[in-house]
Amino acid sequence: MELEKQVEALKEQVSRLEAGTKEQVSMVVFSGDLDKILAAMIIATGAAAYDMKVNLFFTFWATASLRDPAKSGKDKSMMEKMFGIMLPKGARKVKLSKMNMCGMGTQMIKGIMKKHKVASLDEMFKTAGELGVVINICEMSMNLMGFKREEMIDYPHMNVCGVATFLADAAESKIQLFI
Amino acid sequence: MTTEELKSVKSNIVVDARGTACPGPLLAAKKAIGDIGSGEIMEIYSSDEGTKHDIPKWCQKMSHEFLGIVEEDSYSRLFLKKA
Repeated sequence: MELEKQVEALKEQVSRLEAGTKEQVSMVVFSGDLDKILAAMIIATGAAAYDMKVNLFFTFWATASLRDPAKSGKDKSMMEKMFGIMLPKGARKVKLSKMNMCGMGTQMIKGIMKKHKVASLDEMFKTAGELGVVINICEMSMNLMGFKREEMIDYPHMNVCGVATFLADAAESKIQLFI
Repeated sequence: MTTEELKSVKSNIVVDARGTACPGPLLAAKKAIGDIGSGEIMEIYSSDEGTKHDIPKWCQKMSHEFLGIVEEDSYSRLFLKKA
């Protein structure tokens, strides 16, 4: 019995050590711009191809890109409803940081991306999910913007958390980025 | 390996990532590498110029052996041996 316990403890220690040796990337995704989120997702999926563990902390304007256009949040105040209308509803609605030109530039770049077979933001989220990229959404941002958990996209590794989670991940990471 | 030698290599798996842009070919390679065993050879087709720099770097990091590149008309064939 005692031996079994010891073996269990050792197994746990080994798995923790193994997890510790896996290189980690942590990113704050702050911007709500199409180009910047796309860059973050390209780096994230690329890092996953390097067998790195990837944690994305979506905060402020970036959280809007994770809304599911087909869903809506319940019990919203007047102000939250207004924010909901003013902010982009999902990855297809986010705009370029430059040359948006009332949406014309964004439409143009989407056409060019298609021509050059660059994956859309929607597709990047799907790929990232398949690769095990973790998306943590900042709870405070969700509250500020009035977004509810039930209106976010279905993503296999999504959590709602606070800055402590990001810091814990970042402290264990070789690469930390703010986008 | 020389180009001539590479041309006669029999790959265990061919990954056709032509037409995809960065990071498409890298992700395709990552996905397929699990399907072959250690010492087996993977061949990647890519029409993305950056892949020619990316795949050797990736191999170095993942300890796979990068064997070389064969240029075709509109794409490149990249060879690697899994660690």
